Amino acid sequence: MSEHTLDARNLLCPLPVIRLQNAAKTLADGDTLKVICTDPGALSDIPAWCRINGHNVIETKKGDKELTITIRLSKPEGRGH
Amino acid sequence: MLAAKAIIDQGIHVEGINFFTGFCVEGHTHAIRQKNRAKPKRNNALWVAEQLGIKLHIIDVVEEYKDVVINPKHGYGANLNPCLDCKGFMVRHAHQWMQENGFDFIITGEVLGQRPMSQRRDTLPIVARESGAGDRLLRPLCAKLLAPTLPEREGWVDRERLMDFNGRSRKPQMSLAARFGITEYSQPAGGCCFLTDPNYTQKLEDLWRTRGDKHYELDDIMLLKIGRHLRPRPHFKLVVGREEGENNFLEGYRYHFTHLRPLSHKGPLVLLDGMADKDDLRLAAQLAARFSQGRDAASVNISITEKNGRSYDLDVRPLTSEEIPQAWYL
Repeated sequence: MSEHTLDARNLLCPLPVIRLQNAAKTLADGDTLKVICTDPGALSDIPAWCRINGHNVIETKKGDKELTITIRLSKPEGRGH
Repeated sequence: MLAAKAIIDQGIHVEGINFFTGFCVEGHTHAIRQKNRAKPKRNNALWVAEQLGIKLHIIDVVEEYKDVVINPKHGYGANLNPCLDCKGFMVRHAHQWMQENGFDFIITGEVLGQRPMSQRRDTLPIVARESGAGDRLLRPLCAKLLAPTLPEREGWVDRERLMDFNGRSRKPQMSLAARFGITEYSQPAGGCCFLTDPNYTQKLEDLWRTRGDKHYELDDIMLLKIGRHLRPRPHFKLVVGREEGENNFLEGYRYHFTHLRPLSHKGPLVLLDGMADKDDLRLAAQLAARFSQGRDAASVNISITEKNGRSYDLDVRPLTSEEIPQAWYL
């Protein structure tokens, strides 16, 4: 299990989710990924993407202009992956 | 959403694909503009997938999609919307994804006669043929009005439980939604693509005209969604933030452009796209002053930072609204 960071600042919906989706493909079950965003839409989109794909949001921090969402990846076996 | 639900209800495993072309309306504009802060910031495709309990794959097709926008084989609709080519492109990519991921057929929410270009009786087969999906493309909402597709003929899908919707009315869809217990959905017939928006496509046409070729990068088309655009001279234009959310967004681009901002008064960040000499920069500063809170002042102090990093400031008289020809506004 390892920790990773994804810089999605200055990207607008749905690009932070696309970057997250692509990064998640390269990571292992149990890894954590800290996503740094500036688009407030990420506050709903990233947790929604996590719920759909069975990953867990373990922390959300809202700063003045940035927000950081930390995810623990759960890599299911199955179709479409 | 309804097409997927109709198939899921037949016990079939469905996953969603959403293509990001760069021209999608939702998300970006809602998230950027302060005045839209009260609206939900959700991505509709993700929200729908979650409501249906299915996985969603968002695919970035920005690069490949350029050819669809620039050279549409079937031409444009009322604006720069290449709907038929776009549909063929998306179904082709979905078909490819289907093959790579072990799925059997594709469904779309198309309805016969609903759209004037891509959903006519004579154009639906074009999408199926040119995408390569052929009869593995099923349109559950109007399937009963079309020839049976492979999933229907093979009995993977019960054709009798599919629909026969036809035309522009959304009433049958609303009634089906009610039957499925779906009470919240995106606005029927709400435009989801900036290429159907005349204000947006006018700016895209201006971009192509002034560059001398039909070409764009993602940043170009994102910036066309933001701010007030004015072209006071053929060789440069200005992008003026209209409020805090847009100014914050434009801040991320300022190092790629000569940019101006008022120092003596509150006002927007202004990006200058193109080439500008000393007189042009003075004119740009007067325009920046016009859109600041010093618009009625005798003089406004404007900071100018050129693309090469050189920075200085100018005291200028703001232009009056009469001095700004309507033709400058894009």
